[in-house]
Amino acid sequence: MDFVLDRAQGEFGRTLDRMLGGAGTARTVRAWGRGDHGPGRALWERLGGLGVTALAVPEAYDGVGPLPVELAVAYVESGRHAVPGPLAETAAVAVLLTALAEGDHPRAAAAARHWLPRIASGRALVTLAAADGGPYALDADAADAVFTVAGEELWLAPGHGPVQRSSDPARRLARPRPGGEPLAHGPAVAPAVERAADWAAFATAALSLGTGLALLERTVAYVKGRRQFGRAVGSFQAVKHRLADVLIGLEFARPLLFGAAVALASDTPGRRAEVAAAKVAAGEAGYAAARAALQLHGAIGYTDEFDLSLWIRRAHALRSAWGTPSVCRARVLAG
Amino acid sequence: MDLELGERQRAFRDEARRWLTAHVPAVLPPSLETAEGFAAHRAWERTLAGGRWSAVTWPEEYGGRGASLVEWLLFEEEYYAAGAPGRVSQNGISLLAPTLLAHGTAAQRARILPPMARGEVIWAQAWSEPESGSDLASLRSTARRADGGWLLTGQKTWSSRAAFADRAFGLFRSHREEGAPPHRGLTYLMFPLDAPGVTVRPIGRLDGKPAFAELFLDEVFVPDEDVIGEPGQGWRVAMSTAGDERGLTLRSPGRFTAAARRLVALWRERSAESGGGGAGLDGALRDRVADAVIGARAYELFAYASATRPDPGGTGAATGAESSLNKVFWSELDIALHETALDLLGPFAELADDAPEAAGGGAWADGYTFALAGPVYAGTNEIQRDLIAERVLGLPRDRR
Repeated sequence: MDFVLDRAQGEFGRTLDRMLGGAGTARTVRAWGRGDHGPGRALWERLGGLGVTALAVPEAYDGVGPLPVELAVAYVESGRHAVPGPLAETAAVAVLLTALAEGDHPRAAAAARHWLPRIASGRALVTLAAADGGPYALDADAADAVFTVAGEELWLAPGHGPVQRSSDPARRLARPRPGGEPLAHGPAVAPAVERAADWAAFATAALSLGTGLALLERTVAYVKGRRQFGRAVGSFQAVKHRLADVLIGLEFARPLLFGAAVALASDTPGRRAEVAAAKVAAGEAGYAAARAALQLHGAIGYTDEFDLSLWIRRAHALRSAWGTPSVCRARVLAG
Repeated sequence: MDLELGERQRAFRDEARRWLTAHVPAVLPPSLETAEGFAAHRAWERTLAGGRWSAVTWPEEYGGRGASLVEWLLFEEEYYAAGAPGRVSQNGISLLAPTLLAHGTAAQRARILPPMARGEVIWAQAWSEPESGSDLASLRSTARRADGGWLLTGQKTWSSRAAFADRAFGLFRSHREEGAPPHRGLTYLMFPLDAPGVTVRPIGRLDGKPAFAELFLDEVFVPDEDVIGEPGQGWRVAMSTAGDERGLTLRSPGRFTAAARRLVALWRERSAESGGGGAGLDGALRDRVADAVIGARAYELFAYASATRPDPGGTGAATGAESSLNKVFWSELDIALHETALDLLGPFAELADDAPEAAGGGAWADGYTFALAGPVYAGTNEIQRDLIAERVLGLPRDRR
């Protein structure tokens, strides 16, 4: 047993943190929210250059995966720096097409051969709508391909409907248009979709944890500097204790996230429940961090043009994406 | 990163499981906070020691197995899964023994640890005083120099297990220095609870059982050989113990994973009674059951991460802070888990643990009473949150 990140995994996270920290992601996120995807796509290509987009793609398709532990490390950092785009959905599509390509689904296999190398390199963004994630495909207007699951069928959609504004402007939601190219059908689709949905929930949990960590870091820095009544507001016990609780929530979500990574890597029978537990804990911890950040910043935290809002809004959206807390709690008890 | 057991770990776990299956009594003894239960739990400690399972992490020469922290976690998992009795020797094994192993002399270790492992000497802690709880360093009980030893005078209180235990350990003010901070000049001493000058007055906990006691000390003689570390350095010595107390060893994850499994079984049982599939119970209760399962798993995995990190026994600031995170987490998990169980029990929830019709043989009621003390002892959760905010998050140190 060895339940710690190894040296290379730790260094991978620090490298991403440095790169993303210097990339000015706040501007990129705001542009993405206006429908200007250029800077975001450039950022994805840089992530591709560091191997992030190859982590869910097998070697047969020019990837390095599936490596769920590394994916968790990378997505925590991506959440921390509020990277825009269909990160969870792209990983889920890679898992879905890989699984179906292994069976007797020639069109899915062709789609895998076409899309997975492009995903791995960071050149292609793809997205997915499936029952577990609701009717919308995230960032369909930015994606190069929109995949959609209907019952026992997987389709490559012919496009998408109008973009619905999300409470997080950087998440652009649209319904896939019906029809398009059928890629697979039959009883093998459901288990493949279930596996892909688990990856999407797991990836979302990692993004939630990263989002919460960023909110905590920014709020700690703020309350150290902000003075009222002649003292740093961070010296008040009510403030300290609220932030201590945020840290506890995040630090106990982290082992569940990596427990889920280990379960995905070995595909153990308890995989679904482990992912669901991580999703609940990380989603709730990230959201608690957002509530604390908003409260402890005061009015400035409630202000759109202050960049904290990018993380506050995302924490709430991620909490329900790919499995609400209640759905995931039911999954935990289903074993 | 993996959670697979190595060959040695698997063998260790299997051996523990076999032994526990063969030895755990079918009917649990009465609560260890009663005279009869205390005696029965002491006998169980002897049985455990007979299999060398009472203090697995200690070196073999003192009755342990030299087990690693991961092996200890595996043992605890098996222990609680087997439904084995509570550990009456917990204070000695998890608080005093680590201090002796870190600061005691070889002679002290050889004299004190083996009888502790065998349950022959049960230890109580003597930290708190009537005017010194969270602010422990303000304590007033004194140790005055005498020929060949020290004379202890003062009052200790909330002394866990002291109603029935044999000996106690604690801090006493031995040196006075004008203007020195309060944690200077303390000495760590051990003394028998039946020594001349000691009066023990049991105190009932919330459910009335004498779980702790007041200790009145009037010139109690303690020989030099029962001082741990240097006289006057007791604070430093004790804080290494406190670090252990707030760490994993105080409450093992196995306790919570086993309790969460029992909670799920109770929920399924109650769901079946009220219409099946949980339909008759509200969704909020189901969510709370799930949260208990998630919390127990989180604590278990957190412990595996701690135990497999290089130098898990390190005493640096990070380890201390980690133990504060632990303590708040498990103490709140424990209460939430037991409250959920009691809510599932409906009209039977208020039955005391020794009521004939108490659910689960009174385990839920007893567990709830026990859990309620968790956020208070071993450094209140308010103190722990201060430590987390100051030492991990780097917020200013002043308190108000």
